[in-house]
Amino acid sequence: MIQLSDISRVFQMGDQAVHALDHIDLEINSGEYVSIMGPSGSGKSTLLNVIGLLDRPNSGQYLLDGRNVTDLSETEQAQVRREKIGFIFQSFHLVPRLTAAENIELPLILTGMPPSERKLRVQETLDAFDLGNRAQHRPAELSGGQRQRVAIARATILRPTALLADEPTGNLDHRIGSEVMALLENLNQVGTTLIVVTHDRELGVRAHRRLGMRDGKIAADEK
Amino acid sequence: MKLNDTLRFSFKTLTSYRTRSFLIILAMALGVAAVIVLTALGDGARRYVVNQFASIGTNLIIVLPGRAETAGSFPGAVMGQTPRDLTLEDARWVGRLAEVRRYAPLNVGAAELSAAGRLREVTVMGTTAEIFPIRHMRLAQGDFLSAASAGSAQIVLGAAIAQEFFPDGHVLGQRVRLSDRRFTVTGVLAAQGQTMGFNSDEVVIIPVRQAQALFNTNSLFRLLIEARHRGEIEEAKQAIRETLIRRHDGEDDVTVITQDAVLATFDRILRALTLGVAGIAVISLAVAGILVMNVMLVAVSQRTAEIGLLKAIGTPATVIRRVFLAEAAWLSLTGALLGFVLGHIGSLMLRLAYPLLPAWPPYWANFAAIFVAVLTGVLAGLLPATRAARLDPVQALSKR
Ligand SMILES: Nc1ncnc2c1ncn2[C@@H]1O[C@H](COP(=O)(O)OP(=O)(O)OP(=O)(O)O)[C@@H](O)[C@H]1O
Ligand SMILES: [Mg+2]
Repeated sequence: MIQLSDISRVFQMGDQAVHALDHIDLEINSGEYVSIMGPSGSGKSTLLNVIGLLDRPNSGQYLLDGRNVTDLSETEQAQVRREKIGFIFQSFHLVPRLTAAENIELPLILTGMPPSERKLRVQETLDAFDLGNRAQHRPAELSGGQRQRVAIARATILRPTALLADEPTGNLDHRIGSEVMALLENLNQVGTTLIVVTHDRELGVRAHRRLGMRDGKIAADEK
Repeated sequence: MKLNDTLRFSFKTLTSYRTRSFLIILAMALGVAAVIVLTALGDGARRYVVNQFASIGTNLIIVLPGRAETAGSFPGAVMGQTPRDLTLEDARWVGRLAEVRRYAPLNVGAAELSAAGRLREVTVMGTTAEIFPIRHMRLAQGDFLSAASAGSAQIVLGAAIAQEFFPDGHVLGQRVRLSDRRFTVTGVLAAQGQTMGFNSDEVVIIPVRQAQALFNTNSLFRLLIEARHRGEIEEAKQAIRETLIRRHDGEDDVTVITQDAVLATFDRILRALTLGVAGIAVISLAVAGILVMNVMLVAVSQRTAEIGLLKAIGTPATVIRRVFLAEAAWLSLTGALLGFVLGHIGSLMLRLAYPLLPAWPPYWANFAAIFVAVLTGVLAGLLPATRAARLDPVQALSKR
């Protein structure tokens, strides 16, 4: 469960303060499927980054599963991200010199899991995401849809409680984008909280709960 | 992240950026190779000198007239006034000591040698037959001062001089003039070439009394003594000094040096020299370190997005720092090992090119070069690695 109360994030641009998040109150229950839409610059990515503990709010309080994570140290935040959060990005963010399998393996290495166990888990995951025959390919040798599947596999291999996707279909054509969304929705079906930022109205309305943002505020919250 | 995973991950990075890694490794390798080759050169020179000393005998004690000013320095350079001559009679007394196996008085000067219509200036050594065993010299033909003829006007020619004056090889029994004195050639030295900056092929040897008459002096230039045992050199030195002080009315006016002392001085000087060149070579290692730092800084900015991703999947800053440090360590360690091999190939080529020079790097140089290389590499990686660890994840991720 994600509980934001009175969260603000202000960027100082010269002598001008940009309120990317303007006193936001938001609760998202475990297992929810939420889409966030709104014009460019309205603060969607910033909200996602704060929820994912990549960014720190200037004020307000953030409880994650009942624990106050607002003022955790950097190392503690990294641990929370590792255990509870999975990020998916518009530009995939795969490590170009690593193969698909090695990219997926990265989070497991961080936990210090022994190689034999890692291998098993990676193979399982590759199969689950229908990437079995692409394991030894580098990102440059994969299609956009395959790259995003690798990224999703990497984000979910440690079974996070929340998946945060920032325009996951932004670099994909409509059909492939739809497939990727279906994949994410499947993960939501088995209990993962799913929060998707999107510009695509058609995809946005598929979510059970739709947030509309404007000027750093949540302007609409439909269920 | 476990240590071996960190090492493997960073190693994979090196193999992915081949050219970059190769250039850095090469720079590091050249630095290490320079240290090894230069110290091999320095230490080779030291060993060469030490070997040369050994070839002129290790039980050698040398007495020269006058006090050396500075203890421990090479006395020939700082000879003061000679208050009293070192005479042949002194030499005979020293020769009677139990610690002395044999001795050879020595006078040295230059004179004109003329024979068979030729004329040239030569170095003249006036001495006794004992000089041969003491200085490890040998006669190729004839003999010198066999007991029956001691003190007579006989002369031994160095190999090169014999060849020059009597190219047909009929040397023994020939008559030659040294200044205005007549001598009969009784022997020719075996060719030995250069030892300790002294070419025995280019000298002539006459009896010491003849030399003193020729140069009009009563004092010896040197008294060369061979101690009976190598272990008794200090005792022999002491006995010689006491004898001479007694004979000189209690005046301590001679310098007694052992070859060991001279050797130790040379050894010290050449070791310092080796250290000096090693120090200069270490500068190239520092340059390589700066290169490592530069390349790692570039790597951090090239891989900013990747660092952002690592942070997003929950990599703590300390781990990111360790990954980049490990990368720097790999670069410098590989470079150091390659340089080690290159340095030893270089030393080998030196030895092949100059067989007289035992150009082996001293042991410490091997370890020091590798240690300093890895240390500078890791130190140079510290700043870039810290910078990577401190990157703001959101901004890092937005960089393309
Ligand atoms: N690092 C930053 N420094 C300064 N201003 C920033 C920074 N990051 C974001 N902002 C500003 O904060 C506001 C919200 O940015 P954010 O990226 O959250 O928008 P967004 O809704 O994701 O837009 P888009 O749809 O274009 O991705 C914008 O006005 C942006 O200019
Ligand atoms: Mg955005």
